[in-house]
Amino acid sequence: MANKVIYAVYEDPELLKDGARKLVSNGIKVKDVFSPFPVHGIDPIIGITRTRLGIAAFMFGITGTCLALLGIWYFNIFDWPMNIGGKPSQALYKNLPAFIPVTFEFTVLCAAHGMSITYLIRNKTLPGMPARNPDPRTTDDKFIIEVRTHENHGHSAEAITDLLRTTQVFEINERQY
Amino acid sequence: MNFTISKRARGITMGLMVLGVVATVIGVLGDATDHHQRTWANLLVNGFFFFGIALGALFFVALQNATETAWTVLVKRVYEGIFGYLPIGAIVIVVVLLAGTFHIHHLYHWMDTSLYHEYMVGEGHDAQYMDEAVQGAVANPNFDVLIANKKAFLNQPFFWIRSLVYLGTFLFFANYFRKQSLLMDSETGEALTKRMLLNYRRSALFLVFFAVFSSTLAWDWIMSIDTHWFSTLFGWYVFAGMFCSAMTTAVILVLYLKRKGLLPQVNNSHIQDMGKWVFATSFLWSYLYFSQFMLIWYSNIPEEVTYFQQRINEHPGLLWGTFFINFALPMVLLMSRDAKRNPRFLIGVGSIILIGHWMDVILMVMPGSLGHAFHNIGLLEVGMFMAFLGLFINTVLRTLAKAPLTVVNHPYLEESIHHQI
Repeated sequence: MANKVIYAVYEDPELLKDGARKLVSNGIKVKDVFSPFPVHGIDPIIGITRTRLGIAAFMFGITGTCLALLGIWYFNIFDWPMNIGGKPSQALYKNLPAFIPVTFEFTVLCAAHGMSITYLIRNKTLPGMPARNPDPRTTDDKFIIEVRTHENHGHSAEAITDLLRTTQVFEINERQY
Repeated sequence: MNFTISKRARGITMGLMVLGVVATVIGVLGDATDHHQRTWANLLVNGFFFFGIALGALFFVALQNATETAWTVLVKRVYEGIFGYLPIGAIVIVVVLLAGTFHIHHLYHWMDTSLYHEYMVGEGHDAQYMDEAVQGAVANPNFDVLIANKKAFLNQPFFWIRSLVYLGTFLFFANYFRKQSLLMDSETGEALTKRMLLNYRRSALFLVFFAVFSSTLAWDWIMSIDTHWFSTLFGWYVFAGMFCSAMTTAVILVLYLKRKGLLPQVNNSHIQDMGKWVFATSFLWSYLYFSQFMLIWYSNIPEEVTYFQQRINEHPGLLWGTFFINFALPMVLLMSRDAKRNPRFLIGVGSIILIGHWMDVILMVMPGSLGHAFHNIGLLEVGMFMAFLGLFINTVLRTLAKAPLTVVNHPYLEESIHHQI
């Protein structure tokens, strides 16, 4: 028996959520969902674990803070001490208020860029990478559930298709891979 | 679902008030130096702090109406309960200002009109003051050129007009929004939608007034204590403190009501979003506080830097403590999603943040009005705070008991119930 992948196409995010709920309640694992915009509340239904992007962003931010303070300390205190605006104290902690804006900006820069790039790499959507959505209509007005038979050994492709037909599905496509 | 004040809550708030008054009296008797001025300064601190919480809640309700936000509809009554304290807060402020006008206290140094004139004739209570030198006039030793230059803005008639306009506007809109909200409970269909759009327009109007008044009331009631000093950022900084206190109070109150099983439809997403407001407004406050501090520290101009010099040299614990509690604490503790969904944790951190903002108001008022006579927070400060806290909670709970705890009809109610992030 060849492995099959089944695409159930829906016309509305709510109908898609109902369909996904029905599949999951019957013990069928949903591989992924494709949609033109984020569908609220789909993650817990198809069992997607929480993103760790926030933790990554925090790490990038902390890195930015440390780099900025290190740089400022080296440029303005250690390598070439500068007296700007009558603030010659020449210790990082004494001149700190003046360095906060730079540190803040650099923290935001590192966190934002690091987070965006991590996101693009993790999703394999860096510029030039091949598109992975099965149907171009998911970038317009269709919502697709993807189910793979080799992940659902207890169910035949026919059983899954029959179950999908009981939901308000628009069309069902099957493909070998 | 309706809310009735439990006997326990009534007992605790009454106990707080009684205990607070007793502690205040002991504090007044125990302070042999300048307890008169200190008592009035404390009345301003607590009057303004709790008035600010109510005002922040009023601003938030107007903001939600004007932006047509759906998710807060379910907890709207809680914010209305908080701004139910507004009339009492206004009375306390009027009492403090009246006492200033009649020279019972000298929080507002500039209310002494003898400071405005360069020359004087006669001595003591019979002295007459004038701007031009006349026959027999001598130079007024109390003449203060900096205050005299601010005469166009800081004079009693104009000050009173401004203060009454602020209070009148706030009380009018608070009353109006509350009435509209109660009317919506018995309406359906098109009338309901129409009223929501009416609220939308009125809230936008209120926000225009609030934008100006929130800044100028901080100049008038707080910044004019340090008459010689000024900061253009001060209004926003005070407003950010009010806003943050209001958000913190709201989330604590919602968690209390939810724990009693009175807000069963409020879910984790609502709680997390309210926690986010605490987090975000804490950052707003820190941002404005630091912006004000850094510019003054950097430019190091004598007439500006004295404000922070006095506070850093004489009250380093209070100053750094305030900054730590209101900035570092929420940043570290409320950053993660789990922290904002944990009721016990949120109540604990929220209570500390509220105390932090109260300390912030102490730092705004005390060093300017008492000078070197203010040493630290003592029994008088804590007692007065407890008494006002009891009064505040009692008033808010009594307002909450007057209407159903969640709105009955609202076009966005259904969406708010299903709020999910």
